Formats: sequence, C-alpha cells, structure tokens
Amino acid sequence: MVSLFPASFTRTRRPGDILLGIAGGLASAVTLLALGCILWDLVRLGLPHLSWSFLTGEVTENGRSGGIGPILISTLMILGFALAFVIPPALGCAIWLSEMVRQGSGAARIITGSVDLLASVPSIVFGLFGMSFFCQTLGLGFSILSGSLTLACMILPLLVRTTLSALQSLPADLRPTASALGLSGATMIGKILLPAALPGILVGITLGVGRALAETAALIFTSGYATRWPESPSDSGRALSVHIYDLAMNIPNGSGAASASALVLLVLIVLINTTAASLAARWHRRHSAS
Amino acid sequence: MRIALLSPAIAIALVSCSGKKGEGTIVLTGSSTVAPLVADAAVRFEKQFPGRKVEVQTGGSSRGIADALNGRTTFGMISRELKPDEAALTAHRIALDGVGVIVHRDNAVTNFTREDLINIYTGKISNWKMLRGKDAPITVANKAEGRATLEVFLEYTGLDSADIVASVVVGENQQAIKTVVADPNAIAYVSIGAAASEAAAGTAVKLANCDGIAPTAENVAAGKFPIMRPLQLVTQGEIPAPAREFLEFLTAPANRDLIEAHLYVPITE
Amino acid sequence: MSRSRSDILLRSGLGTLAGLSGSVVLLILFFLVAGAMPALRDGVLPRLFLDEFWQPGSQRDPQYALLPMLAGSILVTVLAILIAAPLGIAGAIFHRFYLPPRFAAWNEHALELLAGVPSVVFGFWGLTVLVPLINRLHPPGQSLLAAGIVLGLMILPTVALTSQAALRAVPGSQLFAAAGLGLGRVATVFHIALPAARPGIVAGVILAVARAVGETMAVVMVCGNIAKYPQSVFDSVRPVTATIALEMGYATSSHKALLFTAALFLVLLSGALVGWLAFRKGKNEAAVN
Repeated sequence: MVSLFPASFTRTRRPGDILLGIAGGLASAVTLLALGCILWDLVRLGLPHLSWSFLTGEVTENGRSGGIGPILISTLMILGFALAFVIPPALGCAIWLSEMVRQGSGAARIITGSVDLLASVPSIVFGLFGMSFFCQTLGLGFSILSGSLTLACMILPLLVRTTLSALQSLPADLRPTASALGLSGATMIGKILLPAALPGILVGITLGVGRALAETAALIFTSGYATRWPESPSDSGRALSVHIYDLAMNIPNGSGAASASALVLLVLIVLINTTAASLAARWHRRHSAS
Repeated sequence: MRIALLSPAIAIALVSCSGKKGEGTIVLTGSSTVAPLVADAAVRFEKQFPGRKVEVQTGGSSRGIADALNGRTTFGMISRELKPDEAALTAHRIALDGVGVIVHRDNAVTNFTREDLINIYTGKISNWKMLRGKDAPITVANKAEGRATLEVFLEYTGLDSADIVASVVVGENQQAIKTVVADPNAIAYVSIGAAASEAAAGTAVKLANCDGIAPTAENVAAGKFPIMRPLQLVTQGEIPAPAREFLEFLTAPANRDLIEAHLYVPITE
Repeated sequence: MSRSRSDILLRSGLGTLAGLSGSVVLLILFFLVAGAMPALRDGVLPRLFLDEFWQPGSQRDPQYALLPMLAGSILVTVLAILIAAPLGIAGAIFHRFYLPPRFAAWNEHALELLAGVPSVVFGFWGLTVLVPLINRLHPPGQSLLAAGIVLGLMILPTVALTSQAALRAVPGSQLFAAAGLGLGRVATVFHIALPAARPGIVAGVILAVARAVGETMAVVMVCGNIAKYPQSVFDSVRPVTATIALEMGYATSSHKALLFTAALFLVLLSGALVGWLAFRKGKNEAAVN
C-alpha cells in the first residue's frame, strides 16, 4: 500500500500539526510497546523450549515434555475443515445479498440482521452451542469435525461482511457492462465479480483464520482434549490454543511449554498472513499488467 | 462456482460417512485434576495393549457425573466423593489428593488452624497481623462455585458458600497459584500435588501446615492431613472388559510411579 | 440448460446459502432457550433481577443475581473501548498521515501480529505481569482496571487496523483538494479524512465491542470474578462470560440451566449493544447523506 499524501503536508510545521503528530506517535508507541512486552515474555519463557523435535514430537507428560506434532496436525485439520465449511455459504450469502436482492428489501435486512447478530455472539456461547448441537444432537462427539463446524459458524459473519463489502465496492459499471455483453448470471459472478473481489475476500479469510487459530473457549467443549495423532476427522484432536490454555492453567510447571506453543501459533499466523498478502499482491500485479 | 455450491453437500456426506468411534475405545471425561494423570496413564496403556484406544476429555467433575449417567462415556472422572443423589453410580478410587492452603513464599505465617481458616474466609480476620504476620490486608482467594476443591474446603470448614467473603474468585489450580505469586498478601487453597510441584520448581508459593500437620504425601496417605479428597472414576452398570483392564492398570503397583509423578497419593490397601 | 433456468437455479442456490447463513443464529438461540428452559420454568427469571448475590451452590440460601454480572460485562467493555478507541484511532492517523510508508508497513505487520496473539496469552500476561503492578497500587490487583487494560489491548489491533483501512479508503483526490485549498494537515485530518472514514471506523469499533463483550479466557484470569457491583476500578468484577467459563464444567443440572439462561441474556445484551451502535451509525450516515 502506497501512502499518498500531499507533499506540502510534510513541509508545514504548525504547532497543531506537531501536537497531533506527538499524540499519534505516542499512541502508536504505546501499542507497540505493549506488543513488545507481551512478545518479550513469550520469547523469554518459550524460546528455550523450541526445537525441531518440539514441532514434530509426540506430546508426553501432558505437554511438559515432548512436542506438539499431533496438536499441529489437529489444528491444521480443524482450520482446513472450518474453511471448507464456511467459505461456500459465506460467499453464497454475500453474493446473494449484493447481486440477487435489492438493498434494503425485507429479506436482505433479515439476513444481514441475523448475520450481524451472529457476529455479536460470544465465543463461549459458540462452545456451548457446538457441544449441544454438533457433539450431542448430531452425534459427532468430540471430534475435529465438531470443532471445525463450530468455528465455521463463528467466523461466518466475518467472512460474509468482508466479502459483501468487497463486492459492493466494485466499480458500479461492471455489472451493466457484463449484462450488455450477454454474460449469464453464473458467468458474471464466477468470471468477473468474484475474481475482482478476491483481494477483499482474502482479507476476510485471513481475519477469520486468525480468529479461528486464537480461539480457545469454542474448542475445549467441541474438538476436545486428545493429544494423539489424529487419524480421521471424527477423532478428537486438541487445538494449539486449547493446549496453551491447558499448559498455562492446568498443568504445574507448564508455562515454558505454553509459551513455546504460543510462539509457534504466532509464527503460524504470520505465515498465513504473509501468504495471503503475497497472493493478493501477485493477483494485483497480474491484473494491472493485463 | 458449481463446486462452491456442491461443497456443503460434500461436507454433509463426509460428516455422515465418518463413522462412530470403535467399540474398543475407552472414553473418560470429567475432572481437570484427574485428566492429566489419566492421559499420561493412557499413553502407557496403549503401548502395553496394542489395539486399545483410550480417549480423555476434560471439563470438570460434574461433567464426568453427567456423562457417566447419560452413557456418553465409559468412565466419568471426579475429584471428590459421590453425593447422595448420585447413588446410581459406582465409584472406583484411583488416588488421593490433599487440598493444601498456599500463601506467598515471603509470608511469615506457616500454619493455619481450622478456626483461622473459618475466620479468614468469613472476613473476621482481615489482616495478617492478627495471625502474627505483617501489617497488611489479607487477599482471600476462593474457588468458583461447583469446583471440587471448594466443596472439600467447605466440608472441612463447615461453611456454606454463602458465608464466604472473598477478594477474588479463581478457577483452575494454576490460577490460584499465579494469584498468590502476584499478590504477596494472598491466601488460597489448591491441590497439594499442583502446589508442591510448582514450589519445587522455584515458584514463589508455599504450602502451609494445617492444624500443625504438614501437607506431605505421607500425611495424606496416612489420613493425618485434614483436608483431602479421593480421585475417582465413576461408572454406571456393568463395566466392559477393556475398561476393567484399564481400571486395574491404573491401580496396579507397577504404575504407581505415574501417580507419584503427578504428586498424588496412590491407594494402598 | 436454458439461460433462464440456470439463472433460477443459481438464484435459488445462493438464496439457500444465504438462508443457511441467516439461520445459524436462530439455531443458537433455540439451543440456548432449550438449555435455559428448566430454569425459566422454575420461575428463576425474576430472581435474576431481584436477588442480591450470585451463590447458586449455597445450601442455605441460593441466590441468582445476574444484574451485577451484566453490569460487569458492560463496565469491562466500556473501559476496554475507552482505552482502545483513542489509541487505535490516533495510531491510525499517525500511521496514515505521519509515518513514512516504509515504517507504516512495519507498523501494520506488528498490529497484525498483536491481533493474532491468542486470548489465553493475554490473560496469562495480565495475571503474571499486569496484576502484580496494579496490586502494588491497590490490592488485590485482579480488578476492573486489569480486565479493561487486557481487553483494551486485545481489541486495539481490531480498532487500529479497521481505522487504518477506513482512512486509506478516503480518496487521495480529496486530500489533494484540501491541500490545494491551503488546509494544513490537522485541518485535513479533522475536517476531511476523519468524517469520510467515520463509517469504517465505527464499524471497526462495533466489531471490537462484540469481541470485548464475548471475551472469556483473558478476562477470567484478571478480573477477580467477584459478582458484585464494583465501587472503583480497583475492585474486582465478574462479567457473564467469566461465570460461564468458571462454572459450566462443574454445574449440575439446575445450575447448568441457570448458566444457559445467563448465556441467553448475554447474547441479548451483546446483540442490543451492537444493534444500538449500528442503528446510531445508520442514523449518522443518513444525516451525512
């Protein structure tokens, strides 16, 4: 992102200008300082535990020794299934809202209203719901599937909202032009609108992934506590965030391994963020070139 | 696009295909105090009996009771005695755990009588100097409603949860320990196993004596230490053969080291 | 397949997906009501608002006061927003109008990193670093203040990142026009950029409010969990989420129904808060147009 501002701004030095700069700079500094403080703590406690065998090894002594191999696999499975469950309905819902119904019509308002209400549901309530609905009513038990379905419900509104605003901010003349060319609805959506909105959708997915990876409360009751290598989606598998919680709050002397696991989680999130960002950047280059 | 529309259908198919858990799987749910011990034992059990699968899920003693009553689990794990209205269940003791009073390492007070604890937790003693400590207000940390440690503590003191005047309420044992580390004037009560292992690792907490009796494994095993509770597995009706195997495995003398590694006290007949 | 038939198929397919997305919240409400039913049938409802204490486990005098906990949820959220909104928005202004682009990118990466820190880590940090500091000022340390700060830091990246995006979306032409008219940076920020970015910023704050009301794992470690109205920021509070997290795993049947009732009210509170903010935002937008 190129930050464009008039060159005259950087030359003027009025008192108000300097004051605003100091206030803003202080705010940024406080934010980064807090981040640094939290990260420093993680690194100090966690780094001595990190090693290749920590990443790939089995969990022993409840995580105080050994590694987090099975937990990483479970986490990625939960995340992958959650995305597979959430992307189709979220995109479908957003496309329907932006392309198929009139803005402000009754149906549109009911759907957006209930999606926004869903966004305000606390994560622990998702946990309670997932436990009663997916685990017990549907009989999925403690499983990676239950956990990923619960997470899918949780990040659905985020994805609907970001996709919707990406679709709505597309140039207004795109649609009449496509219709004039005689494109069918499906072709217009699949070949024109979705590709154009892709960067926005990617941002939404990135946010959703971050939220899902950091989630604890919704997963303890659904995907469970098991630390063995998951063999199928119907196995119980402990997510990294649940592992961190258990080590920090339930296992004596678990702080070091908890911090190391948190560091791994952060690196995972950074990797996913940068991958999404570079995908979006590559897409931008290709499209501005053509 | 078509794939996008189809994938919920694929997902649902996948959900319905992924079958039920195997019949031989032993499932344990419940107390977060018992879960780490059983999870450790499960690893060893699966190695010694290839083909057997043990699945441990945590979530609290009441969860263990509820799941055992519903038949959703092979064993419920609880860290207290069964209550009269839970008589439909059979309890199997696997270990004992004392509940010890902890204070900050720098606190001069090292012994509490039952009377002291009652007065502290009802707010009648509110300053450490009333117990010959320094002049500082006591931060009383209590456990949340329903926790097994709270119930054991109430039983020992004879208090009702409505009598307790607390400064903070905590959940897990580790939260109680971290609260005491963070506040030099705090008092809390936790599983002796958890506190002893933290104290041994250099954490700034100290287990105090109760009625002059030290909170050691020997005193708990001998029944001398006044606040204690059993760690139990509960079942309803007939126990299937693989489950009985696991229960015997847990209490076998050869696996006593696991229980001791968690600083709980093995059952000796 | 004819054009019109495939279009109808597409329309109904997308409509189904939209309906599916919209019905999730109904399903959740249904399960909460079903879970809460035993308590509601026992006539607990008035006691939630009339009782003085929360002691559902007491043998002698069980009481079920929900109001102090709803107040706890609101207070913690308000304090968190009071911390996060000024810092986040001021930081975003600095990011957009003062920081050279090279540093701005780094600033953004750092915020994304902060956004990815799991709530448990915030709670852990709060309990081991922040609470001892507050304890020195005023014991016990686990308090409304600690919960507000930890929660404020947690939602800060949400506010900052959405504000940055909203400020970035203000067309450059408007800024250049302002400069052409001789407006300085401060005037441009306050009279052009912020008003134009306002809907986006408010949307970010709404997102943050929803997150703050619903946050559990971080808050439960630092708020002290006493279910009474706090008299100062140094007193401990107990938000509804903390109660659910502390007691759910240990609750017997009637207690559990009570916790589902609490969860139901929490969803209603959170929905009302978010709805109110969205309504005010809509009114503001209507007024601007």
